[in-house]
Amino acid sequence: MKEQIESMKQKAMEQIAKSENAQALNDVRVQYLGKKGELTAVLRGMGALSAEERPIIGSLVNVVKEELETRIKEKEAQFAKEELERRLKEEKIDVTLPSSKIRRGSKHPLNRIIEEVEDLFVSMGYDVAEGPELETDEYCFERLNLPKGHPARDMQDTFYITTEYLLRTQTSAVQARVMMANEEKNPIRVIVPGKTYRRDDDATHSHQFNQVEGLVVDKNISLADLKGTLEVFVRKMLGEDLDLRFRPSYFPFTEPSYEVDVTCFKCKGKGCNLCKQTGWIEVLGSGIVHPNVLKMNGYDPEKYSGFAFGTGLDRLAMFKYGITDIRLLYQNDVRFLEQFDRKDEENEIKY
Amino acid sequence: MKLSINFVKEYLDLDQDVKQIAEDMTKAGNEYDEAGPLLPASKLTIGKVIDCKMHPDSDHLHVCKVDIGTEVLNIVCGAPNVRTGLKVIVALDGAVLPEKTIKRGIIRGQESNGMLCSMSELGLEHKFIEGPDKTGIHELPEDAPIGGDPLAYMKLKDDVIDFDLTANRGDLLSILGMAYELGAIYDKQVKPMNVSYQENDEDLSKTFQVKVGTENCKIFLAKKVKNVQIKESPDYIKARLIASGIRPINNVVDISNYVMLETGQPLHFYDADTLPNGMIEARMAKPGETVKTLDGIERTLTDEDIVISDGKRAIGLAGVMGGYDTEITENTKNILIEAAIFDPIKIRKTAKALLRSEASNRFEKGLDPNRTYLAIERSCHLLQELAGAEVVGKMAIYDKTEKADKAIDITFENINRILGMEIPKVAVLDVFRKLGFTCEINKKKVTFQEKEEDLATVEKITVLVPRRRVDISIKEDLIEEVGRIYGVDNIVGKLPSVPIKPGSYNKTMRQIRNKMVDLGLNETLSYILVNDKEAKMGTKDDTELVRLLDPMTEERNTLRHSIIPSLYKIYEYNQARNNYDISIFEIGKSFYKKDEEYGEENMLTCLMTGRYYLGIGQNQEVNFYVIKGIAEEILDYLGFAERYRLKVDPENMPEAFHPGQSAFISVNNDIVGVIGRLHPSICKEAVYVMEINLDHLLAKKVSKMKYKEISKYPTIKKDLAIVVDRDMISQDIEMQIKKSGGSSLEKIEVFDQYMGKGIEEGKKSLAYSLTFGKDDRTLTDEEVNASLEKIILDLGKKFKAELRK
Repeated sequence: MKEQIESMKQKAMEQIAKSENAQALNDVRVQYLGKKGELTAVLRGMGALSAEERPIIGSLVNVVKEELETRIKEKEAQFAKEELERRLKEEKIDVTLPSSKIRRGSKHPLNRIIEEVEDLFVSMGYDVAEGPELETDEYCFERLNLPKGHPARDMQDTFYITTEYLLRTQTSAVQARVMMANEEKNPIRVIVPGKTYRRDDDATHSHQFNQVEGLVVDKNISLADLKGTLEVFVRKMLGEDLDLRFRPSYFPFTEPSYEVDVTCFKCKGKGCNLCKQTGWIEVLGSGIVHPNVLKMNGYDPEKYSGFAFGTGLDRLAMFKYGITDIRLLYQNDVRFLEQFDRKDEENEIKY
Repeated sequence: MKLSINFVKEYLDLDQDVKQIAEDMTKAGNEYDEAGPLLPASKLTIGKVIDCKMHPDSDHLHVCKVDIGTEVLNIVCGAPNVRTGLKVIVALDGAVLPEKTIKRGIIRGQESNGMLCSMSELGLEHKFIEGPDKTGIHELPEDAPIGGDPLAYMKLKDDVIDFDLTANRGDLLSILGMAYELGAIYDKQVKPMNVSYQENDEDLSKTFQVKVGTENCKIFLAKKVKNVQIKESPDYIKARLIASGIRPINNVVDISNYVMLETGQPLHFYDADTLPNGMIEARMAKPGETVKTLDGIERTLTDEDIVISDGKRAIGLAGVMGGYDTEITENTKNILIEAAIFDPIKIRKTAKALLRSEASNRFEKGLDPNRTYLAIERSCHLLQELAGAEVVGKMAIYDKTEKADKAIDITFENINRILGMEIPKVAVLDVFRKLGFTCEINKKKVTFQEKEEDLATVEKITVLVPRRRVDISIKEDLIEEVGRIYGVDNIVGKLPSVPIKPGSYNKTMRQIRNKMVDLGLNETLSYILVNDKEAKMGTKDDTELVRLLDPMTEERNTLRHSIIPSLYKIYEYNQARNNYDISIFEIGKSFYKKDEEYGEENMLTCLMTGRYYLGIGQNQEVNFYVIKGIAEEILDYLGFAERYRLKVDPENMPEAFHPGQSAFISVNNDIVGVIGRLHPSICKEAVYVMEINLDHLLAKKVSKMKYKEISKYPTIKKDLAIVVDRDMISQDIEMQIKKSGGSSLEKIEVFDQYMGKGIEEGKKSLAYSLTFGKDDRTLTDEEVNASLEKIILDLGKKFKAELRK
């Protein structure tokens, strides 16, 4: 009997070892350990054994049963491991292939500059105002102390639509609209960024360009306020270490009027080809709001004063991003546009 | 305005060099374009050709011996007019001329130690070149001193600053004005002008009449001189005219220009014998009236132009140019000098329409009537001195002008308040003194000797501004003068002291822009001016085009009515450069004219073609559903979810769209935009555009964003596949499903569209996944099945839809 069990075990072990997959292994289990299995049959036939033999054979069968079960489990684990490995190997991919995504969008450099200017002035309590691009002669010129036939109109060659309607030549056109709309005569602090148009097209001028206008009206506004404000503006946009120079000039809507030069940011004032060896670059037009402008737009010049300034944003964008030809801004070559697809570096204050 | 330094030195002592003067003027607000020598040529001397032979190896070169005083130079010269005995300009070895540097050398075997020059080689502008200089070298007169400086001899050793003056400073269009300005900068006195001359006993006012028949002429003066001798002007006059950019003609014509340059007052000289009626009149032209101007051109006038008439016919275009028939010729004996001031706006209009001249440029900017008299007197002085004129006594005068100084009251506080700094009172007075303005305190003239303490109690002063300063009329103008001359470099900048408040800006536009960028589109910035044929591309309505009166080019003669043509141009531009994957958008204005009213609206426009999804297996080309997705993203983002539909209406679609792949976008049944593929007749490639009128869209109210409780009860999903006619649109079916499904139908998703095998020809199968649920309880299967059955029944009735087997 013992020998019979031993040889059964031997045979089973061999079969387990030979099994090549989980199915074959299971067949072995059923053959020996199943309800009708060979080993199970031995246990069932124990009743025919003598009382002395029964415990010996019983324990032998149990030992063999355990051995077989352990061996089968081991073999199962081995199969599971092999199966996992196979699967992992099969699922291997080339992680260096391109990612799936949509194209990355970008914001036009001019609008980036406009947003930067807006954010700066909004942080100082200014409102951003807007006005029509298809303007009237009245708002673009007359209300700014530029009556019809005024020689200063030559400074701005205008696209007329009729004798009364035109494409605005300057964002200053919105000055009058802002003042007229402010019936309570609250202090005014606005900037007006936007498109402007002049009959001028060459390598450095575009017939369509962008300006930002600033207007502050209150009691006791002086040139010192203008200077301080422009210092903040210019230094934030172009560099903290730059100086400003106010050069007297003439604009019909301001008196006194100044053109503002800034230290050449390329050579830091030493003189270079950008600043034509002068060390200065003209960046802004500005001045104290002309009393006629205040009067025409509902403000008493004896009580109120104000300052206004304006600058071209195209040039600012070109300076900032190193764009050398103004036409690039309007050609919209996607290879140009796509380059403005990330955040600007910020000079953030660290606490 | 070109300023000759020699010329202004006649009226002001200046020792600064030209660059310094230019810089100091710039600081005072007078910018310049160029500053430097009139003729930028160095190492020149006067020589005499003492021998001139043909070059042995050339058919046109000469070998010359030139005496330059210190030595005799061998020089090879190719000019046809070189000859023995001629006085010439010699550029010596090392001379730097505008276009070349002279070096000793051998020319075809002959030694050459310099160059004999023409005026153009010295840098004289082409328009001044005449006589032998046109083809050869300059011929100096016999009296030119050998070894002398030729430029000094010809009075052409001068420096010139070309100013770019501001439109208000008409006074600086004169040497006198420049002298006053420089006098203020350098604190120097302007010297008086010589206006002395002898008059005869006649009385012109008795024999000659000036008449004015228009409001647009305030002063009209005439003076007569007799028996002039027409000849060449002296060198200093010619040189100063050249330096000022005016071509010398003869002594009389030159004097009229010279005096205009000095005083800023344009003058007109008539041949007095061509005025038969003993009068001249300034009046408005009759419409269609013609006048032949000095340049020989017959000009047709309107009733906006001022003319000068001899009593019968127009003989000059007032303020712009004199007439052909009455001009000074070399036979002229007697001259009528006319000086006037005309309305600046009228002159500007005429000049803009017909021609701009030195005269019109000055009239446009306003003149000082004191100078009108001064100019006549100065002319008489020079005509007597340089042309031997006999000056007829008295003048014919029409004069309605103010000539006294303009009195402007100002307080020191006014000045300090606007400039934002404390300027000593004596410093303010000193500015006015330098400018040559008289000041009064309580009607008493300021001596300018006052000390600060003498002025302690003085608040207000009266400044008397001479009429020459046409730009000054109010106190702010005076504040500007103080700023200009005293300087504003010392102002300490500060920020305005105003109440703190939050600033505001149009956030929505920026958010839309950010969203579009996030959706992977590149923002463009295009021109609003387009060609009239394309201005309405992508639109169909009854508005008129907005055209420019005077376009620069036909390519840009109209304001766009849609951004679609702008983006299409960008597409073409990129296509031509092999950029095929284009997903762009722009937020900008479109323009229209309707019922004689002009308007503009904000548009969001988007154009897509090529690849939008990136990566392997993803690189499918853009199709309609991609751009539709962009539109939906924006509408959902702006809070219009569930409120928009596509309105399929091929009949009314703008022609630019593919009729089978386009639709209007409507929100609450109101059309706000258009979307679709461009018509294959416009563009073979698959290009998709979308345009939303943001003004229309954003005018609609949007509900507040608010949290909605998430249902605790499970939902039940049912799939529904139906077969309908191919022309049916899914949107209508969805609407019906929604209606029939009732309140427990939470979500409808289309998950398949199928045409082909197994589906009857002309039909299509659509598959929907429907989600049912209730917020307050779990739905039963019976309820859901009942809803589903109703949906199927209704779809069958309405669309003849059948369940797909």
